[in-house]
Amino acid sequence: MTDLTVLPNGSLMADPGERGRFGGHGGRFVPESLIPACAELEEAFREAWADQRFRRDLDRLLAVYAGRPTALTPAWRLSAELGINVLLKREDLAHTGSHKINNVLGQALLARRMGKTRLIAETGAGQHGVATATAAALLGLEATVYMGAKDVERQALNVFRMELLGAEVIPVTGGSRTLKDATSEALRHWVTRVDDTHYCIGSVMGPHPYPWIVRELQRVVGEEARAQCAAELRTGVPDYVVACIGGGSNAAGTFAGFVDTPAQLIGVEAEGGAAVAFGRVGVLHGFRSYVLQDEDGQVSEAHSIAAGLDYPGIGPEHAFLNDSGRARYVTVSDEEVIPAVRRLARTEGILPALESAHAIAWVIRAAESGELPPFCTVLVTLSGRGDKDIHTIREAA
Amino acid sequence: MSGKLLVPYVTGGIRPDWTRYVEEYARHGADMIEIGLPFSDPILDGPTIQQASHHALQQGVTVRSILDDLTGLNVDVPLIAMTYYNLVIHNPSFCADLAAAGVSGLIVPDVPIDEVDELEATATAAGVDLVLLAAPTTTPSRLATIAQRSRCFVYAVSVMGTTGERDRLGEDALRLARDLRAMTDLPVLLGFGISQPAHAVAAADAADGVVVASALMRMVLDGAGPEEIGATIAEFRAALDGVVVGVPG
Ligand SMILES: Cc1ncc(COP(=O)(O)O)c(C=O)c1O
Repeated sequence: MTDLTVLPNGSLMADPGERGRFGGHGGRFVPESLIPACAELEEAFREAWADQRFRRDLDRLLAVYAGRPTALTPAWRLSAELGINVLLKREDLAHTGSHKINNVLGQALLARRMGKTRLIAETGAGQHGVATATAAALLGLEATVYMGAKDVERQALNVFRMELLGAEVIPVTGGSRTLKDATSEALRHWVTRVDDTHYCIGSVMGPHPYPWIVRELQRVVGEEARAQCAAELRTGVPDYVVACIGGGSNAAGTFAGFVDTPAQLIGVEAEGGAAVAFGRVGVLHGFRSYVLQDEDGQVSEAHSIAAGLDYPGIGPEHAFLNDSGRARYVTVSDEEVIPAVRRLARTEGILPALESAHAIAWVIRAAESGELPPFCTVLVTLSGRGDKDIHTIREAA
Repeated sequence: MSGKLLVPYVTGGIRPDWTRYVEEYARHGADMIEIGLPFSDPILDGPTIQQASHHALQQGVTVRSILDDLTGLNVDVPLIAMTYYNLVIHNPSFCADLAAAGVSGLIVPDVPIDEVDELEATATAAGVDLVLLAAPTTTPSRLATIAQRSRCFVYAVSVMGTTGERDRLGEDALRLARDLRAMTDLPVLLGFGISQPAHAVAAADAADGVVVASALMRMVLDGAGPEEIGATIAEFRAALDGVVVGVPG
């Protein structure tokens, strides 16, 4: 099979080029005042990513601080029940409890290298906010986190956690007062403080170079899993690679490790935030991709039991992987998620985050419906642990 | 060009009788009028225009309803729409619809020159002037491109930040306007943070005129009716007319 990762710009999971294009998606749709900041960031990242010292520093932090590599755990009993071979990439074991730490450590190191003293971030449920506050504490940077006022109320514990870590949390009262508004507010604020501030975006979204940077920083998930599968599996690569999608960062990182293999790539969106299934091409937060919107073109609010999947768009590279047919995007409803949490908890002793449980739920459904052939191997990225969701899970019971 | 240009803004649909603001603007000496087509996620707008947009959307206002309100309106100054790109690409005949409603210009702040080709082509085909924006940090080579490709006027954004009232006009803003004026024969208008007639006068020293938005919308949100706003426009007009238009150089 040809190596798809070395095709020219615009091809699968390669460097998206100066214009940040993934097919017709991506780009840099920001006000003129943000153009220099985006350009500066792109140049800094290109340099850093080619610099072995930077890579070594990051690898070391990932190892001694974040706890990488994370394990690849065979889901023995679930596999036996489903008649397939399920492997879990354990991002729930990473520091702060999800894959988000991979991205923020990279961006925080980059920010410091660029001479910035302050990080800002958007957060929905608070996971990316907590990860950003953590990285800022570790590297001695200031952190300000924008969070929709509605989410500040719903996620009081994570607000406290961020403050405990020394971050300032700013409730966003505009618009629908949720993640999309927090993202807009972070972009607005970034314009005013580009000199000393790095916008540490939380997923593979935003203007170029962000979708590319975040995918590269999450690539470690896929590369580790690729090597672990090679050691674990007779066939070397799994038949299916499955991950949940909010903006799409854990999926992008996972897919990056397998895009040049015959593995089928499956992204699982929450039904109430399914930009590929129900959205249309639009421009939101600086990039072109599929966006949930009403018949007038106003962006819709996403709704999911998993706060981390409450985003009305999807990273532009996923839009392209969908259009090109290389990856497939499916949806899972809130009702399927809680049973999936329980089942994984009981069969494996692992409590997944509600976001990650979407991926598990799809695997269960597809195995039981016969869509997944018997004895096939399925790698699932378990993006995070469920501790943060205990109240929601309890209330749903 | 003789006098300095005054371009006030109104959020389309902010009140059911919102076109009366347009009429009052025109009656009190506006040279062009900027009409905001509200979008759910306005990344370049500060609290006031965000609030105005949100309010209008909650009343069920749409691009279509705003254009319908404008159709047949009898004002004799150019109308310029300002909105975000998602609304533009949502409707394949967006620019043609603007033209049909009598709107002759368009400002889309989240489309920088690097991404503008497609929009420029559709605007040109519909006979709509696409107005481009420049910021204080824009590099000289980008400024030249913006000055060259903009139509109707060049929008000089006075601050590194969003729309919204401000206490004073910065030196950066004046420098930007001067730099742009040296590059084009189109009028260069300063906007963002022009909150008082005195700001307009200061701006007019370096630019061909001003866009006034948040200060007016603040008043509208606080309940000011068309006549009251008309009086404010008259004050801006008088202040600008008091500026002695010197010989360039
Ligand atoms: C555990 C977990 N998984 C997944 C996501 C979704 O983000 P992404 O699609 O960028 O991986 C989040 C977001 O907060 C999360 O906390």
